[in-house]
Amino acid sequence: MIHLTRRIEFSASHYYHNPALSHDENQRLFGKCNNPHGHGHNYTLEVTVAGEIDPRTGMVLDLKELKKLLETEVMDRMDHRFLNKEVLDFQTLIPTAENLAMVIWNLLAPKVSQGRLQRVRLYETSDLYVDYYGE
Amino acid sequence: MVHLTRRYHFSAAHQLHNAALSGEENARIYGKCNNPFGHGHNYVLDVTVAGPVDPSTGMVMDLGFLDAVVNQEVIERFDEVHLNLDTEAFRQVIPTTENLCIEIYRALNQKLSHPGGASQASLKRVRLEETSSNFFEYAG
Repeated sequence: MIHLTRRIEFSASHYYHNPALSHDENQRLFGKCNNPHGHGHNYTLEVTVAGEIDPRTGMVLDLKELKKLLETEVMDRMDHRFLNKEVLDFQTLIPTAENLAMVIWNLLAPKVSQGRLQRVRLYETSDLYVDYYGE
Repeated sequence: MVHLTRRYHFSAAHQLHNAALSGEENARIYGKCNNPFGHGHNYVLDVTVAGPVDPSTGMVMDLGFLDAVVNQEVIERFDEVHLNLDTEAFRQVIPTTENLCIEIYRALNQKLSHPGGASQASLKRVRLEETSSNFFEYAG
């Protein structure tokens, strides 16, 4: 079993707001992140696929395929976007790093054709990251 | 269940010395780290908590709460001090990064395991870098 990790970077803006809560409660919970104009991050995403090495190719999976999957599912959807307004999932979910990692997992997991998605690691800044393993 | 890791920085001095051993034995085991004047490191601490995402906040744990706990339990105790001379924890215990890692885990675990309803998340792991070439992990 080998774990293969590919890294991409994307930039997006977001803000945190729960419409079920009062203005004051949102301010208390989310502080500066509650600014409705949004703020941005350079996200670093590390996607790890685990699997056996195919003896015919020496690979766990075709990197071109993984690269294309990340382009289609993550870059095209999220890069240089306002997550709250432009990514459907975040019309109902608050776009925290936690939720973003889970959304990315759900987009990628069914489409990894060889091996299986093992981990999604998302850095919001160099001092903060989340890991999601699908459960 | 999501794992969230936040990175903190602090700097401290220490000396590695076991009073029960001879000078030669200490010098043999600890080498330059046995220098009685001490020496320092810029430590990098990664604190990982794990738990379900609270649907009303989208968060595993409020970062302000986590920062306050780490600030109180780690930064205020260990930043810009001499670990052997200035901290209770290392008057008897040798302040290797292994022992520092365990002490930080113990102190954080007391505060993070039952954060009084603020979060269902709990401490998962502490990772402490002494230099960019050495790091230690403790998960209880």
